[in-house]
Amino acid sequence: MSRIKVTVAVTGLNNIDSPGPGIPVIRGIRESRDFDTRIIGLAYEHLEPGIYMSDLVDKTYMIPYPSEGKDALFKRLLEIHEKEKLDVIIPNFDAELFSFIKLEKALGKAGIKTYLPTLEQFEERNKSNLSTYGKKYGVNVPSGIEVFSISDLSNTLKSMKYPVMIKGKYYDAYPAYSEEQAVAYFSKMSAKWGFPVIVQEFVKGTEVNVIALGDGKGNLIAAVPMRKQYITDKGKAWGGITIEDQSMLDLAKKIISQTKWKGGMELELIRNSEGQLYLLEINPRIPAWVYLAVGVGQNIPEALLKLTLGLEVKPYTRYDVGKMFVRYSYDMIVDLESFSKLTTTGEL
Amino acid sequence: MPIKANIALSENGFVFNPSTGDSYTLNNTGKEALAFIKEGKDISQITSIMLERYDVDRITLERYLADFVNDLRINNLMEE
Repeated sequence: MSRIKVTVAVTGLNNIDSPGPGIPVIRGIRESRDFDTRIIGLAYEHLEPGIYMSDLVDKTYMIPYPSEGKDALFKRLLEIHEKEKLDVIIPNFDAELFSFIKLEKALGKAGIKTYLPTLEQFEERNKSNLSTYGKKYGVNVPSGIEVFSISDLSNTLKSMKYPVMIKGKYYDAYPAYSEEQAVAYFSKMSAKWGFPVIVQEFVKGTEVNVIALGDGKGNLIAAVPMRKQYITDKGKAWGGITIEDQSMLDLAKKIISQTKWKGGMELELIRNSEGQLYLLEINPRIPAWVYLAVGVGQNIPEALLKLTLGLEVKPYTRYDVGKMFVRYSYDMIVDLESFSKLTTTGEL
Repeated sequence: MPIKANIALSENGFVFNPSTGDSYTLNNTGKEALAFIKEGKDISQITSIMLERYDVDRITLERYLADFVNDLRINNLMEE
């Protein structure tokens, strides 16, 4: 059977210490036997490592930051589309998803397909709405409060026990053991990600995650549970192992079926010493450790691409337990010419 | 004294709990004791076998085995 020729644009090429999911998503797609794929990288920063990985990324274009608004993004995507005839875009950043969801129809009219949650689904699972989410869907969630100022923070801390988690609107979370620490993290989070900052109850336990893919009709297409084995100072998994945990799979199934989630997601969970699972966050996109799922038998990027193109995808039913991923860093040697071409023309 | 059915024990004494992702390394006697437990032998049977194999008195061995089983329980490797 001949492979389907397809041009896929991918964001999240920042394979750094807090890695974006772009490169592992591309690896999954490249390993598909059903597609002959041209990969177009979409980058925000000139030094996103994926730009220079020519064995994985065929061509890269710079795109405007989400803060410049969806119209600027749309204009740039149409320019790229004119040259590359994009079939699909897979956005991989939380911060850009709002714009892509808003642009879904316009992109569709231009012939570019996406496979994203609805705006309601996206907003509902927002960190700041997680308590309501937990009540609505019957999921354990640590109590959390949005704060907008230092006086808000001080008032909130009076009713909470230390440590507390101080979380940025989109990314980052730090445990604070005193009001002074909480204030310092509040300032850091608000400067980096804006408001609100979320103050969350600290749940002690083991960090576990599930990667999942929903088809938008309530069906769980893929799910793999993982335990972080090596966590960086930024809280990112640098090593992890697949585990056999039916309760985590059941939770993923419950959330996907109740919310009719469309696209990739990651459930960030803590299992406390009593064995109860607490939902800390729902990331509304494929996580950076997705290649572990590919390696244990669930090629989630490929399945996502198939769903996006309207092809039939049978739900995955198994995965290998006890397989690990170990991340590493690698120095590429890049000619200045490549860098200068990218910075002056916006493409490479 | 059943151990959880999905606990994996390798020939070199590496123990893996697939439910939690935890792993442990056992020395030779620990590996042997766990293998016996996995076979379904109880403490008195294991004690008898190990008394024949090792130069150890019964009281010491029983104490070590009780500690070992307790460690297995604490680490969530035994059935409730």
